[in-house]
Order: sequence, then C-alpha cells, then structure tokens
Amino acid sequence: MAISINGQDYALPQDPRTSLLDFIRGEARLPGTKKGCDHGQCGACTVLVNGIRINSCLSLAVTNDGDEVTTIEGLGTLAAPSEMQLAFVAHDGFQCGYCTPGQICSATAMLQEIAAGWPSDATADLGAAPALTDDEIRERMSGNLCRCGAYANIVAAIRDVAGENA
Amino acid sequence: MTVHLKQDAPDNRDVLDGTGQGVIGAPLPRPEGLMKVTGTATYAAEYAVEGCLEGVLVTVPVTRGEVLSIDEHSVLTMPGVVAVISDERMTGRPAQGMAGEAPFQPAQEVCYWGQPVALVVADTFEQARDAAKHLAMEWRSEDAPIDPASVETEEDESTLQGDLAHAMAEAAHSVDVVITTEGHASAAMEPHAALAQWNDGALTVHASLQMLKFNRAELADSLGLEEEQVRLLSPYVGGGFGSKLGVSQEVVAASLAAMKLGRPVRVVMSRQQVFQTVERRSETHQRIRLAADAEGKLTGFGHEALVSNLPGETFAEPVLQSSQFLYAGENRLLKLDLARIHRMTAGSVRAPGEAVGVQTVEQAMDMLAEKVGMDPIELRLRNIPEVHPAKGTPFSSRKLAECLREGAAAFGWEPRPRAPRHTREGEWWIGTGVASGARVHFVEEAKARVTLRPDGTALVETDMTDIGTGTYAILGQVAGEMLGLVPDDIEVRLGDTDLPPGSGSGGSVGAASCGSAVFLACQGLREQLAKRLNVGADELALKDGFARWDGGEKALPELLGGEPLECTGHFEPGASTEDLTVSSFGAFFAEVAVNRWTGETRVRRMTGAFGFGRVLNARTARSQCLGGLTWCIGNALTESLLFDPVDGHLANCDLAEYHVPVNRDVPDLEVLLLEERDAAASPIQAKGVGELGLCGGAGAIANAIYDACGARVFAYPMTPDRVMAAMESSRPPSEST
Repeated sequence: MAISINGQDYALPQDPRTSLLDFIRGEARLPGTKKGCDHGQCGACTVLVNGIRINSCLSLAVTNDGDEVTTIEGLGTLAAPSEMQLAFVAHDGFQCGYCTPGQICSATAMLQEIAAGWPSDATADLGAAPALTDDEIRERMSGNLCRCGAYANIVAAIRDVAGENA
Repeated sequence: MTVHLKQDAPDNRDVLDGTGQGVIGAPLPRPEGLMKVTGTATYAAEYAVEGCLEGVLVTVPVTRGEVLSIDEHSVLTMPGVVAVISDERMTGRPAQGMAGEAPFQPAQEVCYWGQPVALVVADTFEQARDAAKHLAMEWRSEDAPIDPASVETEEDESTLQGDLAHAMAEAAHSVDVVITTEGHASAAMEPHAALAQWNDGALTVHASLQMLKFNRAELADSLGLEEEQVRLLSPYVGGGFGSKLGVSQEVVAASLAAMKLGRPVRVVMSRQQVFQTVERRSETHQRIRLAADAEGKLTGFGHEALVSNLPGETFAEPVLQSSQFLYAGENRLLKLDLARIHRMTAGSVRAPGEAVGVQTVEQAMDMLAEKVGMDPIELRLRNIPEVHPAKGTPFSSRKLAECLREGAAAFGWEPRPRAPRHTREGEWWIGTGVASGARVHFVEEAKARVTLRPDGTALVETDMTDIGTGTYAILGQVAGEMLGLVPDDIEVRLGDTDLPPGSGSGGSVGAASCGSAVFLACQGLREQLAKRLNVGADELALKDGFARWDGGEKALPELLGGEPLECTGHFEPGASTEDLTVSSFGAFFAEVAVNRWTGETRVRRMTGAFGFGRVLNARTARSQCLGGLTWCIGNALTESLLFDPVDGHLANCDLAEYHVPVNRDVPDLEVLLLEERDAAASPIQAKGVGELGLCGGAGAIANAIYDACGARVFAYPMTPDRVMAAMESSRPPSEST
C-alpha cells in the first residue's frame, strides 16, 4: 500500500479524507505543489499521475495506491532544472510564482498530449494530428489560472520548448 | 550610517544614467525565478514546523447580528480536536491598507454574511475542517441594508468649479451617461495563510502579506502586544492585488491560538473564505457628463460616483482620482458618495479608483468623439490639460500624448471618426477601440540597508515584499548600478520585519519608494569609499567590482580591507509630489470580435503604451503591464461579484463562478514602455507601474465592442446577455429579424 512520488515510496495515509494534494504537501513534505482553491478550479495543484496531469486536490490519496506521481520537484531541481522550467524563467512566465509549478506540470504533460494526438476544443480537424498552434496551447493551458496575468509569457515559454522539440 | 532624504524638490541629476554599470533598466531575469519554477520558493503555509497544529476558521451565515454562544464541547470530543478559539480579540474584518492599527473587533459582532467568528484547532487539517463544520453556535440576526441604491449616502469627496449644468446646456456637443461596474475580487492565487509560533513572549508569524511594517502594528494592536514582540515573515507572497495590504482574520486567529496553546498553529483560508471575508472592490454607479464646443474642446467635465462599504470603514473606492486631472474642462463637478451596506469590507483591489473610474470616462469620450465627428485619439489629444484643471499645478512629466500616438502607430490604428459595423468575418463583427490611461503616483517612507561585504559583493535588506512585482530584481539592479556590480554579486533579502522597514507593496509605491531607499544607501556607501580614497564622490567611478578615479584603480575587496561597509537609506516623500501633479499615463488599444448571434466578445489583440518614469527592469515592468492588460479583459468582460438580493451573501465565491481571465481569453498583447525621467516622482526618477496597466483598458474594449457591432453597453462586465440586448436596440431596422 504505497504511493510513489518522484520515485520515492510513501505509505498511504491513515485518514481516508486526505487529498492527494494535502498528502504531497503535508506527509511527503513537497510543498512545491500548490493549493489555490481545493476544488479543481485553478490548476495550481496539477501533478502527473502515471504521466497524466490531474488536479491533485480532486483525488483522495488512498485512491492512488500503486500510482507513480511526479510533482514539480520531480521534473527538475535547482541544480538540474527541466527545459520547461528554464523556459519559464527565460520568458518571465510567472510573477508571484504560486501558480507556476502547476503551470509547468500542466505544460509538460500537455505537450505529450498533443504529441499523442489528443484533440482539444481548439482543434479544427478532429481527424488530423493537432498542430502546435498558440490557440491549442492557450486552450489546453486554460485549466491553470494565473492571476498575475502571465499568460502571454507562459505561451511564449511553451512555444519555445515545443519549437525546440518539434 | 544613515542617509536620509525627504524629497522636497525634483531631482534632475539622473544619477543612475551616469553611473555606467548598465544594469538599471536592463531586462534581467528575476533572481528568485529558478526557485519559483522548481517549487523551492517557500510560501507562508509551507514551512515545516514540528508539532504544528491546524486551524480552520468558522463562519456564520448571518448578514448582521451577534454570536450569543459557542459550544466548544460540541467538537472537543471529536478526534484530534485540541481547542476552539473564540477570543474577543479575533478580528471580524481585514485591516485596510496602511491602517497600522487593529481592524474591527470583536469578530463575534457580525457585520456581513460569512464573517469568521471562531477557530477550531486540531492535530490535522482534515480533523479541524470536519470539526469546524460541526461547531454548535447560537446567534441572533437582524435586518441589514444590503443594496447600495436603497440607503442614504454620505458625501465622501467633491470638487466644484464653474457651472457644469450651464456648460452642458450651452455645449455644441455633450454626453450625459450612467455606467455601472460590479464588485471585483483580488483573487490572488495563494489563499490567505498564517503560521504562528509563540515562544517566551515573542510571536513569529509566517504570513502572506504585502506591507509588513503596517501589518506588524496591526497585529500587535489586535493582540495587545508590543510591536517589538511581533516578527512577520513574507519572503514570498503568492499574489496580493490589495487583498493582503492589511492583516486579515487568519493571521490574528492563528496568533491567538498559538499564544493560547503554546504550540505552532497554521491557518489557511479556504478559497470560499477568501472571497467572503477579505476585501472586495466596491461596485460603482457612475454618471459622466462631458460638454464640448464645436471643435471638441471640453468646456465641462462631470464625474459622479456612488460606492459602498461597511459601517465604520473609512475607505471609499476613489473612483474620481484620475478624473481630477486627466482631461480639461473649466466647468467641473466631481462627487463621490458612499453608501453604508452590509457586504464584506470594501477595500483596495489592484488600482483602486482608476481600475473602474477611467474606463467609464473613456467610454464617454468615445461617445463624444462620435458626436463631434472626430477620430477618438484626436479628441483626447485636444483635451490634454496644460496644468491640473482644478489645482493649477503643473505636471511633473506626462507621456499621455506620446502613448496615444506611438501606441496607435504600433497597433495600426486607422484614424477616422468611428462608425460601427464596418467589418464582419462570418458571424463575428470586428472592431477596434482606444482609451487613455492614468494612475496617480504615490510614494511612501522606506528604509533599506545595503552592505558591501569584504569579498566585494553586496547585500540589500528591507522588510519590503515581492508579491510578483519584481522587487528582488529591481532592488538588486538599483544597487548594482550604484555600486558597479553585476546583479549576480548582489543578494536581496526581503519580507522580514527584523529588516529595515520599507514601504510595503501597495498602490504601486514599492519600486519608487524602496528603490530610492536603496539608492540613498548606495550613495552613502559611495561617499564612504570616496572618502577612503581622498577623492570626491563625484570623481569616483564604480564598475564591474572596481573603484576607479583619476589616476587610480582598486578592486572593491582591496578597498574594503577585509571589513564590511554598511549604510541605511531612508527615503521620505516630501513637497516634490505636493507642488506638482504626479501621475503615470498610458494608452490602450483593443481589437475585438463580437458574435452577432450570441453577443460573445473575444479580445483578438491589445496594445498598451505606458509612461511611468524610469524603467528599472524592462522585463518585469513589461510583465506588470501584461498583467494589467489581462485584468482589463476580466474587468471588461467577465469579472463580477454577485450578491444575493435577499440576504446579501456572495453567490459566486469561488474560481469556478467568479471568472478571472483564463489563458485562452488572453490574445497577443503588445506593450510599449515609453522611457521618461520624472524628477519629482522619486530620486531615481521612477513612478509606479504595478497598477497602470489596468487603468482605462477596459474602456478600450468597450469602445471596440461598439465599433464592432454598434452596441453601447453601459454596464460592466459586458457579458453576452448585455451585449446582445444593446446590439438588438442599436440594430438598424433593415437588419431586424
């Protein structure tokens, strides 16, 4: 009975009410994942569970038995930041920084979703592979709120990373 | 050593232009950026403290009344519950910005729906949350006015000059229009949080706050402690936008619990509690009157507004702030009225006043331009006053005309009188709009200490906060420019009341005020270094870690001789901002598409041109403006606090129902920074930029909606239903269906 977070196993919590978000921030002591609304409305708590992005506040920790969770700390570190993390710095894709880990987790998974051919509301032709347009990026990042208003720079950062890997 | 300056006169020396290091204004990345993107920047609730208890605030569903009893025993037997705190020192409202004294107490006297009255403390968050829902209380409730239109009002402020009514009657062209705006929430992404520790009569609180020196006084006063007993720490703040100007309820509650229990206590508000109990921007009801001659020259200017607040609060949304001087017109009537109602505290939300007061004037100006038959930019250029129209004081610096002209060129504005419904793409009407922007400049007393370390690096320290604004970056750049250091050799420490008191972040005062304090400290250091070399301070050049003077050169470590050198800068506002009209200015341009069948508006692109004195960091300044433009979109189209008309509770108290702009709502945004030097604004010739970007821009969107589809909408936000209704009533008969 364990959750793997960034490659390390943690025993499931005793209290079934503990959300995955509170488990990550509390028992696993990884506060990089943020609580903005606790209701799946803001995306600040976005993490990857088995490679798929979710709002960790909407998942009870005990339902993640055997899952592999990746948080912002697992994507990169101060000593070895990820490409996306560096692009956010280079493009000033944040101001206060509170929504940022969620944005970066979301962006990282989002590019994989496009690569896998998942369509979105901005996809004109559902039969074709989705293109990496600004509209696609904006639509797919709309679950991550940023009140500082860094969206324009967030799109630029993602475009930068996506362009290099295209 | 302290260098003190009360700025009574403009400073035209432009010292930072002659120092030569070349870092001031440079678009450098934020020094704390890597910590933010790796999740290692620590916010208030995130400190790992052994034995920390969790507190959850308990609110009551009463608009006005009194808590008669709280039955602690109803929850004390629940698992993990440690205590119920209902001390009468608990605060029912947040402190207003710069109050420096306790907000409303006791919390148990209820003034608005959802007021926190108690705190349940337990071992875990889940236990505390559950117990908070089960706490048994008795209260009495009474009727309360909740509709600002239904109560008698108080006059808050007025300017009367000439005879506006006569000017309106005599005018060749006039506009008389009523425009409403609904309430706004700051909605910072980090919910309000506090982690309090009480040890041997000393209180330490990690909190999410904007203005620590005031907050310390507010908290001490609330608790009955001396300020010296209180230490606040806010090195990282997850957004503020006014909502963290003063201490709010969780800070006081966590402190009381920690003091009572002798254990650390963390309290984080739920998102719903943030909406319901922290400050709102007041709704406004505004009347704009413009009288003009045949050439479009204003002869009369009227702006009246009704706003609201709770009984006992002194704050009234300063809607008319920039209307005082933005446009000419010798006959003037400006009047602000305040209605006392029982909605949660009204206070500062980003750009109080201008964020709702400029866009309405800009709509009226657009209507006037149409009546005169003139390009709306030309109308504005024609009405820029020579001096403050009421006070007669000259402007310290003003880039309004340049912003309008250069912004228009960058945007690709077609100069012509407006005639709507000129372009359609499928089911979308396309149009463009313009608005002027203005935000009054404020400065606040600030201190900062700068230490040159023996190794030639520098340390900058102040209790100033960085709420996302770029303080860490710009204070390092001011110091770097003055001391001849690259920013990597400068450490900036912020957000700790043990450090010299800065201005705090609010009202866009931070950069100019704290930047000036750092500037003064560095001036003192330069003087000390020059003295050691027996040269005048003017003859000393500091660059790349070396001191150079006529005939000599020394590396800083050598010059320091193994000892640190320290100086505190102390900046105080003086007469320089009193004898002149000091404000930042801008211009906004928007292109929108309005759906002819649904009334939905999409902003397709925006340009903002801004003049706010010296640019300290072109990257973070641009980001502030991008944020402002983003807020313009929410302000114009989606943001609105909706109150139940029966009991006054806030109906949309979360981020699903209160619609801040999301990524797809925000198109390509272009920002032009128009460099200028404002000698009166501060000794570093800088003004504020944190709020300017949303002071008027919603008006450009409103005007673009009209240009697109002919709908004049007189209520913000311009939701599809409102645009549809206005479109229907404006549609030519031939197009009726």
